[in-house]
Amino acid sequence: MESTSRKFSSNAREALGDSQLQRALSNVPSGFVNKRAKAAAALPEFEDLRDKGRDIKNHVLEHLDLYLEAYERRVIEAGGHVHWAASAADAQRIITEICQAHGAKTVTKGKSMISEEAGINAALERAGITPIETDLGEYIVQMRGETPSHLIAPAVHLNKDQIEADFRRVHDHLPKDRVLEEPASLVREAREVLRSKYLAADIGITGANFLIAETGTSVIVTNEGNGDLTQNLPKVHIALASIEKIVPTLEDASTLIRLLARSATGQEISTYTTFSTGPRRLGDLDGPNEYHVVLLDNGRSDMIGTEFQDMLRCIRCGACLNHCPVYQAVGGHAYGWVYSGPMGSVLTPSLIGVDEAGHLPNASTFCGRCEEVCPMRIPLPKMMRHWREREFEKHLTAKSIRSGLKVWNWFVARPELYHRVSGLAAKFIKARAGKRGRVSNLPFAGGWTKHRDLPSPQGKTFQAIWKERQKNG
Amino acid sequence: MSEKRKPRVGLFVTCLVDTFRPSVGLATVKLLELAGCKVEVPEKQTCCAQPAFNSGDSKSTRKIATNVIKMFEQYDYVVVPSGSCAAMIKIHYPELFTEGSGFRTRADELADKTYELVSFLSDVMKLKDTGAQFGRKVTYHDSCSGLRELKIHKQPRALLSKVDGLHLEEMADADVCCGFGGTFCVKYPDISNDMVTKKAANVTNSGAEVLLAGDLGCLLNIAGKLQREGSEIEIRHIAEVLAGETHIPAIGETDQ
Repeated sequence: MESTSRKFSSNAREALGDSQLQRALSNVPSGFVNKRAKAAAALPEFEDLRDKGRDIKNHVLEHLDLYLEAYERRVIEAGGHVHWAASAADAQRIITEICQAHGAKTVTKGKSMISEEAGINAALERAGITPIETDLGEYIVQMRGETPSHLIAPAVHLNKDQIEADFRRVHDHLPKDRVLEEPASLVREAREVLRSKYLAADIGITGANFLIAETGTSVIVTNEGNGDLTQNLPKVHIALASIEKIVPTLEDASTLIRLLARSATGQEISTYTTFSTGPRRLGDLDGPNEYHVVLLDNGRSDMIGTEFQDMLRCIRCGACLNHCPVYQAVGGHAYGWVYSGPMGSVLTPSLIGVDEAGHLPNASTFCGRCEEVCPMRIPLPKMMRHWREREFEKHLTAKSIRSGLKVWNWFVARPELYHRVSGLAAKFIKARAGKRGRVSNLPFAGGWTKHRDLPSPQGKTFQAIWKERQKNG
Repeated sequence: MSEKRKPRVGLFVTCLVDTFRPSVGLATVKLLELAGCKVEVPEKQTCCAQPAFNSGDSKSTRKIATNVIKMFEQYDYVVVPSGSCAAMIKIHYPELFTEGSGFRTRADELADKTYELVSFLSDVMKLKDTGAQFGRKVTYHDSCSGLRELKIHKQPRALLSKVDGLHLEEMADADVCCGFGGTFCVKYPDISNDMVTKKAANVTNSGAEVLLAGDLGCLLNIAGKLQREGSEIEIRHIAEVLAGETHIPAIGETDQ
């Protein structure tokens, strides 16, 4: 996927001016935020679980090579195939080759962010294979030629009436006078249209929420059951996952599953949690004849041992997006690449370079709400600051900020001069404010006064008043 | 309590209070003295280094922090009328120095005795009632650093509940960022504006006559927005109300 992260500022401005988008985004706080709060409050051991989850992933990241190899052995023992993809291009090639080897024409897909990251749909289309997204949100986004704007709610940037219009446009074989006003009727229609696609698909591709090393199992969680149909009905199932999805045991997967749904949607558990180990065995009633796992690195192993390693604990619940006031203001597409919100602001520079995605870790007030709700206790603000440090070292920080900072630091190191100048500034702004007590525009402060007044200083600085007071006893 | 045994408090006044609203500093001194402290103000203090720190300029940050540590380590306590500057010293200064180094130890020691004003009055000096009077309906904005880095939530509400005549009306999303964020508000003015617009609406919808908070950065931001929109809501730092210093004009207002 081509990145537009460099244009974050103008992307954001456009998003703020898009009334349809703003209407859709206004549902994020009441929906996700309140539900998560309720679910967390209802589980007394939720905070302990977060510690456990963090520890499990930290342990895995310290021994990732061992667990990956153990996982690979178990998959092969169960009759599956494991493919190692160092880059997105490798993953595209491997998956395309498997599809071509089976003469696949259509491929159904479960929801997978890693597939977005690796550009699998585009690669399949280039090879003449039709990918069909089966998650309702992904299906809508695909029909619009868009990308998902949220980790778990790909179409959260859309309103029901927009989706209805898309269904009428694309499902043009259905009666024009059908009633589609209720969300339930949209779901019913999508389900009917997709049913035949499941049956016709040659191959099913899913992501994986977890890969279990002790059993060689891939796990997906969904609320629609589309993932199950995607991986069980076609003859071949390909699970595409990034290497940090590994957990040591079934018990560990259970711990993380308890955190995932509560943090994501406020559910105790997702409607479907599906464990896949190898292809169909003798006597199995269903399941694929072939089971492939594609393990994608794409820059992640380079994060290990750096100040960004903790980011690899992320389980993609979306809680940081939901709670982020910047995400709530601009939505996911403004971030310009696959991942958005606080997790995207940390992960994207790791994957496509800080030169390209440098805006993202800067577009934060460090309000800390993301870290407060992250089930894996990832210190997101701290890592955004680490990116800013890298940018500063590489001279990528905006020139105006850099020179402003230089002047400020120079004064700060010279207290007497600093106090004289701050005293003058206080007097100057107060004089400009006059009887009003505030100014509506000020030289060099356009960023501030474009949208708000600047309250006037009281006139004297605290230091000046304090000095007088000490003198007069 | 004899003069000798009074804790010596170094007041870190913050650059914004120093330049924009010295009355907050004076109210802070009054409250600290009421709580039984002896207050001193190192005259060479300037900035806590947040602008450098949040812009990724580690070298300048360390330099400024080193000066602050040297200037303030002599006191029993360091008190700051701001959650974000207090958190800078209390949480982030130690992170700046390598574990085991001399300055790390000194940063750790300073961090241990540094407090945001209201939490210091409540948690350390066990002050329950400041004896102030303010017969108004107020709402309180939790600034992000104070709330999430320093866990300040109950303390301001407890002290406000003892102010004679004051009625606290909680606003929706009191814990959501106002969009100030230091340099953020000028780097991304449109996003900042969206955030402060939502905050101003929540303040207005609370029905309160007065907005209080513990950080002048947030207050200048929200005041600037409310007043640009023509709102009549009065905006003050919580220290002014707790100290009974509400006769002076509120933020962005004059007595003329």
